[in-house]
Amino acid sequence: MSEALKQKIQDAFHEPGCATNTAKSEGERRKGCAKQLTPGAAAGGCAFDGAMIALQPITDVAHLVHAPLACWGNGWDNRGSASSGSDLYRRGFTTDLTELDIVMGRGEARLFRAIREVIAQENPAAVFVYATCVTALIGDDIGAVCKAAAERFGRPVIPINVPGYAGSKNLGNKLGVDALVEHVVGTMEPATETACDINILGDFNLSGELWQVKPLLDRLGIRILGSVSGDARYAQVAMMHRARVTMLVCSHAFLGIARKLEDRYGIPWFEGSFYGISDTSDALRTLCRMLVARGAPADLLTRCEALIAEEEARTWAALEPLRPAVAGRRVLLYTGGHKTWSVVSALQELGMEVVGTSMRKATPGDRERVTEIMGTDAHMYENMAPKEMYRMLREARADVLMSGGRSQFVALKARVPWIDVNQEKHEPYAGYMGMVDLVRAIDRSINNPMWAELRDPAPWDRPPEAAPAAPFELAAVPGSKADFEDC
Amino acid sequence: MARLIHPDRALSTNPLKVSAPLGAAMAYLGIEGAIPLFHGAQGCTAFAMVHMVRHFKEAIPLQTTAMNEVSAILGGGEQIEEAIENLRKRASPQFIGIASTALVETRGEDIAGELREMLARRRDFADTAVVYAATPDFAGGLEEGWARAVEAIVEALVAEGPRRLRQVNLLPGANMTAADIEEIAGLIRAFGLHPVILPDLSLSLDGHLAEDWRGHSLGGTRLADIATMGGSIATLALGEAMRPAAEKLAALGVPAHVFPSVTGLKAVDAFVATLMRLSGAEVPAAVRRDRARLADAMLDAHFHIGGLKVAMGLDPDLGLALGTTLAAMGAELTVVASTASPAVERLPVEEVLIGDLGDLERLARASGARLLLTHAHGRMMAERLHLPHVRAGFPIFDRLGTMDACRTGYRGTRAFLYEIANAVLSHPHRPRPEDFGAARISPEFDHAPPPPQTH
Repeated sequence: MSEALKQKIQDAFHEPGCATNTAKSEGERRKGCAKQLTPGAAAGGCAFDGAMIALQPITDVAHLVHAPLACWGNGWDNRGSASSGSDLYRRGFTTDLTELDIVMGRGEARLFRAIREVIAQENPAAVFVYATCVTALIGDDIGAVCKAAAERFGRPVIPINVPGYAGSKNLGNKLGVDALVEHVVGTMEPATETACDINILGDFNLSGELWQVKPLLDRLGIRILGSVSGDARYAQVAMMHRARVTMLVCSHAFLGIARKLEDRYGIPWFEGSFYGISDTSDALRTLCRMLVARGAPADLLTRCEALIAEEEARTWAALEPLRPAVAGRRVLLYTGGHKTWSVVSALQELGMEVVGTSMRKATPGDRERVTEIMGTDAHMYENMAPKEMYRMLREARADVLMSGGRSQFVALKARVPWIDVNQEKHEPYAGYMGMVDLVRAIDRSINNPMWAELRDPAPWDRPPEAAPAAPFELAAVPGSKADFEDC
Repeated sequence: MARLIHPDRALSTNPLKVSAPLGAAMAYLGIEGAIPLFHGAQGCTAFAMVHMVRHFKEAIPLQTTAMNEVSAILGGGEQIEEAIENLRKRASPQFIGIASTALVETRGEDIAGELREMLARRRDFADTAVVYAATPDFAGGLEEGWARAVEAIVEALVAEGPRRLRQVNLLPGANMTAADIEEIAGLIRAFGLHPVILPDLSLSLDGHLAEDWRGHSLGGTRLADIATMGGSIATLALGEAMRPAAEKLAALGVPAHVFPSVTGLKAVDAFVATLMRLSGAEVPAAVRRDRARLADAMLDAHFHIGGLKVAMGLDPDLGLALGTTLAAMGAELTVVASTASPAVERLPVEEVLIGDLGDLERLARASGARLLLTHAHGRMMAERLHLPHVRAGFPIFDRLGTMDACRTGYRGTRAFLYEIANAVLSHPHRPRPEDFGAARISPEFDHAPPPPQTH
């Protein structure tokens, strides 16, 4: 690992804005945020994956992966970030290094050519170049190549130095957004500024989630100036320094960029969530309060309260008819951490029972909050092995699993409904309307008649006395009626 | 229990129904050495034949008694005799299946009586089996015509006979493809039973290249086998329409089992349970595995079919088979059926409209359907409503391999679920800000750079 990258990683692990981080001893902090990975028992993404997750939703950028094929050939076109403009971000660009390129040290030359070609072919707002394990290992200086290419082709070319071996997905998130602060933020100026310009960090507009919230902001006259990175244009990242307030959408990984925006440009930030009703309201409230503190008209607060009252009432009215469909059903929650608790509290209000929630990425503060919401800490657990989860579900100790894609098949193979609440999901669940969509999705899933059929034993596994009555004698008589269940 | 709605209107727009004589002709074509003969005017036959040629992509040896103005008034008995004589001369069929049409039935001919009298007189016709089914165009549709033909065959050609201990009668419904029949026959054979399939389109209209030109069907159920059906240990009738035929066989001492459907986990389970009882045989490992694979396919497909709004326009038995399967996966159905039938009443919906594709289009629009399931004539409404269109039923003239589509048994159900899910996936939904009522981003942020300098 290069000294520069080592230093960057150390910097990323020193985060004064993060309560968890500051509470650590110097030694602990040096070890990083993520737990050391265990060979043979690790399943998460790498640093490159993390950087890509964070930055790929910037829509008009050519994301060029400098690597042999596996990194992007196996990774592209697998996320549902939606764009209202360019679809350039969805295309897969890689240098696809060959053995000869690596042996002969031709990686840098090939990268330079690839940058030229992608600019000529796609006319992107910028090119982001991602270094990966192999290209970092052979010592390709992507910083130098990007600098030369930017000068030569008159287009921003941004190096993102994130070899997979550097660490986890979480670290990659940090390194990725850090590159934005270093190279992009502050390089462009908006035509006009308003007192209600904000940055949103950590929302990826999955299936349009940002747009579920945006109408609320539209109505309050709040403009999303900068975004990292849902439905973001390169220019919006470059203009982020002019926003009045930054909202960090439930993501510790993006804390660094929020703090740097504050340090460098004096933009205050707060952490909020758009998942669940109460959290959405809290986020809007905080946002407006902070905007007013920075010069927005004071009536923003009253308009905000009116909007919240109206939306909450409308949402509960929409949820109420769904109550009979979900009340009394038991949910097992297995997600990355804290972002769904506001959802949990809404589900509980609808009469659902949360029988367990994972705490694998949670902080002590998170624990407190879960205990507060659930009334007990009895149902918190750390990592759950797939086998253990399968047993729990197969024994019908939960009616539905809400989790990310990795445990999907644990639930399905145990004949238990599964709701995707992670980044690969295909339905948007943000804001007030998203909560209604989520409960509808739960209803649709747990009440699908398929489950009963699926759990029924095969004809050859049925005990003889449970076999349906033979229609023989009945149907042998002309004119008799034998019905569907009989046969 | 669905309520049947008969729309109060005189105009039928874009017909869904296919005429009963055509169904009878199709059934007759599943007999070896057969020529179906329409007793009616020449045009009845021409339209039906072209319809079938377009669907099967095969020459269809459908003939007509070519009723003229005089015979339409004075009676067509002689036309039948002449037709049989000519067909025997030109194509030496072993079997001639007569289907009446609206014309002769409106006139009220006693075709059965005249035929009996004529066959008694014409001993030279004795080596051709001649069967007659009353199938006026104004009663029923494809499934009814098909069923009437099978009943006529049973009545004319099957007698009580010595027990055949491993033999079962299989009566496939009108909308079963060659692949469907092969799947179900294979399942029966897997339990050590031997099916006599009446009629068997999998041998005649499966689309195979014959070594010579014949003026009759290219294969099908052998007449010798039909004669033994009275000795089978059971009749397995597929579809409610086949119940009367099964009951005719039951009157000869063969117990009848009517399966409204052999598509969907529960329906196939019921069929397999019957095979277990009839055969006393162990369930083959391949069948167990096919069931496990279907169960897994249901898991994968339920994400796409659960809550899916489907507009369905089908014949009753096919509608019940496919509709029940989709409803069991959580789909929401809007149904128009071609004809009224007990099968239609069993559909798991509030109401079924007995109507045409015009009705279906209107209902599909009103219900916000996301998928269309009907025959090929639905293609225009699919275009207008921007819906993926899965073709099922008759006719399907704008796709190839119609007879290869298998939607029965554990395997066919699996294929059907994938087919539906893939049709949904083939119309990907890309969310837009407008969908959520969000304003568009200011164009000032859009990238508008100078032309790239590359050198």
